[in-house]
Amino acid sequence: MAGYRSLRDFDWTLWTVTLVICALGVLEIYSATRDSIWKTVWSKQILCIFLGVVLAWIVSQIDYHTLLGHVPWMYAVTVGLLAVTFVLGVTIFGSRRWIPLAFGFRLQVSEFAKIVIVLVVARYLSAIRNDRMEMRDLLKLCGLVALPMLMVMKQPDLGTSLTYLPILAVGIFLVGLRWQYWAAILAIGLLLVPVGWYFYLKDYQKERLATFVDPERDPKGSGYQVIQSKIAVGSGGLWGRGVTKGSQTQLRFLPVPHTDFIMAAFAEEHGFVGIVVVLGLYLLLLMQIVQNAQQAPDKAGIYICMGIGTMLLFHLLVNVGMVIGRMPVTGIPLPLMSYGGSSILTTFMMLGLVNNVRLRRFVN
Amino acid sequence: MAVTPTEQEQEKRLDAERILREDTNFAAGKIVIVQYAIFAVTLFLAASFYFLQIRNESYYREAAERNRIKSLPILAPRGKILDRDGRVIVDNHLSFSLLLSRETLKPEHIKPIAEGLDLDLAELEAKLQRYDRTRPKYEPVKIKEELTPADIAFVESHRDPETFPEMELVQSHTREYPQEAIAAHVTGYVGEINDAELNNAEFARYKPGDIVGKAGVERQYNDLLSGADGQRQVVVDNRGYEREVIGYKGAVPGQNLQLTLDLDLQVVAELALEGRRGSVVAIDPRTGEVLAMVSHPSYDPNKMSSRISGAEWRDLLNDPEKPMINRAIQAQWAPGSTFKPLVALAALETATADTDYSISCGGVANWYGRPFKCHKRGGHGPVQMNRAIAASCDVYFYSIGNKLGIDNIARFAEMAGLGAKTGIDLPYEAAGTVPSTQWKMRTQRQKWYAGETISVSIGQGALTVTPLQLAHAIGGMAIGGIWHRPHLVKGATPKESARKAELNLDNVLKVVGGMYNVVNGGGTAGNSRLPGIELCGKTGTAQLASNDFLKAAKLGKEFADNAWFVGFAPRESPEIVVASLFENGEHGDRAAPIVRDVVKSYFDKKRRLEANKKVLAMQRILQPRTPEVR
Repeated sequence: MAGYRSLRDFDWTLWTVTLVICALGVLEIYSATRDSIWKTVWSKQILCIFLGVVLAWIVSQIDYHTLLGHVPWMYAVTVGLLAVTFVLGVTIFGSRRWIPLAFGFRLQVSEFAKIVIVLVVARYLSAIRNDRMEMRDLLKLCGLVALPMLMVMKQPDLGTSLTYLPILAVGIFLVGLRWQYWAAILAIGLLLVPVGWYFYLKDYQKERLATFVDPERDPKGSGYQVIQSKIAVGSGGLWGRGVTKGSQTQLRFLPVPHTDFIMAAFAEEHGFVGIVVVLGLYLLLLMQIVQNAQQAPDKAGIYICMGIGTMLLFHLLVNVGMVIGRMPVTGIPLPLMSYGGSSILTTFMMLGLVNNVRLRRFVN
Repeated sequence: MAVTPTEQEQEKRLDAERILREDTNFAAGKIVIVQYAIFAVTLFLAASFYFLQIRNESYYREAAERNRIKSLPILAPRGKILDRDGRVIVDNHLSFSLLLSRETLKPEHIKPIAEGLDLDLAELEAKLQRYDRTRPKYEPVKIKEELTPADIAFVESHRDPETFPEMELVQSHTREYPQEAIAAHVTGYVGEINDAELNNAEFARYKPGDIVGKAGVERQYNDLLSGADGQRQVVVDNRGYEREVIGYKGAVPGQNLQLTLDLDLQVVAELALEGRRGSVVAIDPRTGEVLAMVSHPSYDPNKMSSRISGAEWRDLLNDPEKPMINRAIQAQWAPGSTFKPLVALAALETATADTDYSISCGGVANWYGRPFKCHKRGGHGPVQMNRAIAASCDVYFYSIGNKLGIDNIARFAEMAGLGAKTGIDLPYEAAGTVPSTQWKMRTQRQKWYAGETISVSIGQGALTVTPLQLAHAIGGMAIGGIWHRPHLVKGATPKESARKAELNLDNVLKVVGGMYNVVNGGGTAGNSRLPGIELCGKTGTAQLASNDFLKAAKLGKEFADNAWFVGFAPRESPEIVVASLFENGEHGDRAAPIVRDVVKSYFDKKRRLEANKKVLAMQRILQPRTPEVR
């Protein structure tokens, strides 16, 4: 009987860490946009965080087994909304990602799709009885993930679509796969690289990849962002230049310092000390999520927690790696810190899912 | 305290847990691997930050400062150039120049920019390529000066970050020279410093892109005129907009330069030489101040700066008339008969001959087995020294020249300053040649032939002078043997630097008497007589090649004789000496009126000023005066 669910059972470590990271994000958004056209977005961000907390609470209250039961229609709605995005979507920076809502709010379906993909993967894998995955199951699951992924890719939003992959990958990894299958996946992947390069990638995406390898080849073009970001990070030094004092951030040499490059703005103004604190918080958050997986009452709980944790890890690696020039520029946000309602709400709902699993660890 | 559960109960619970564990333990090892991965990723990121923020902080800090702080030059205006009365000869006007930043220049932008600014595309591309080869990338290229209002409108409407952000406007001062190329060779011109100059110690304090003097006093007094550029340090944002000024150092304007040149005389001299090839130099022999200096044909210094196209520049350099040469100090020609006064003086001073020494000119005389003609075909008949100077009798001077010998002639020519640079404050002065036995041995390793002396004694042979040297030499002689160094800037040379010679003043006056008669006593320049002004002078008709050669070759005007005249006034205590050269002018009496005009305007102006002074003095007496409060 699912008994004891009280506030005491909430994952307080996880929520404290989450809110501290959010607070640091809001502080940096405020500092980085102080005298720009985005100078009010920090308050919107706070609003989103509150909304996120409420949504997370709601998500944690409905038993995740119930949620898993509703996966089929959730999946259908998501795919439907992605299709709607193509039709009604607002084009920003050459990409149709948003469905306009009332009051100037916009919905980024590809963000919320992550939750659905986590649930799809969890439901599908927990239903497998064997301890190894068969080819048929593998192909089916891949197909389920590939459909929304390709739709997002077509927007085009390569970065977000790639974040679906770690959810799938960690699930397959946990179930276990014959090494021959892994080898086959690797071979297909390698084959797809040149095909994708010639047939799928847009010129600007090729350019980004090329400048990732050598940022100096076009210092004023696409390499500019990475060079400026590294300068911002490096000039922060040990203690940082102080809130609202970072010249790279304040004079806007740093591109989009409140969204994708927020970590560079933070690093410039808060220094290595600030970075160690923030990375420490993310480490704590991720470990807490994994711990919840370890304590999960069943396979589905494990898949949910691990999918979410791995996806967040992927975000952290790709976003922060981009800021310090270790990853190509993809344009995916840093969860909990970057400004953006869809990203904040999605992340909070996913953390609500993790909490949901935790609340139901004492099953008997 | 909880009640200890029974063994059975405990067993049951463990069993149930085992079932659960079985279900969820399937991936425990793999979850630990993911934990390690999380740890590794965080560590990798932290290490990367450590590398950027701690190990390389100063590098990135510097880069951030370079981003943030921009130094903009404030160009110093060059000093003005004034004439002796303070009238402006060379001025500046404010203008805009366009720089292209080569760091951000996109190749596909070159064509529309060239079209928008009405520039020759091929030339602009060549210029950019030249810069790319020789200059660091951060240095911008100045592609157009003196932008027109239309150009400025084009720049202002296209230099936003989305269109052609590589364009940058800078305010500069453009040199403005007088119209009609007046005094062009004196003032010279300015231009962007070139590579050769940058490697020259003289220009050590200049940097690429600086405007420097290229010729004339612009070059000679470049350091004085150029002043020091200032600088503004500003904080800029990513679009280059200024946010804050953090440092300001004003420009120090260049000093004004007052010349000894008299614009009135200069203009008269320019007009007198109009349409001819040659030069006029007027000096105050008492001080060495240059009052006028003309070289024709001339060029427009306004065009020279950088507005001149490559083709125009080549045309100027290859022009057979050689307009770029300052003939006053660079044309080295045989002085012809204008040299005779110095030979006469040498004869008197060395007591080789006195004024009574007389010969009979038959139009030709034989020396060392060769006939030497007089310019007057029938001969002058019996002539003494005064008449020989006035009528320019060649045969007379063959005779005394032969008696003097080449080394005496050379000694006196050098005493008067020939064969050496006068030391005027202009670059690239030529020295001319005074032949002597020593000179011939030194330059040709040959011994002097006495026959050569005969040519030199009438100012031919290897002897060459510049118009400035001639004016300088005759002027110094006329004031009694003091040669002040010619100069264009007041006080440029101390009076003590004058060269003096112990001359017998009677001898000088005897020579001057002959020169007086050249103009006033039925001599060769009777056409240049000036009422009320005792103009003395000497004509010269100098061969470029021997007459025999000319006849044989049947060559035309380019080998016609040069016409010279050197004159001074008044006869006693001269105030002005003028030399004029009219290339291929065929006879000296055609150069004399040029000198006459300049001398006349000198005295006209002097009289006018004196008259004005008197009027002013009288007005002062007549006006009621208010007591001055001190």
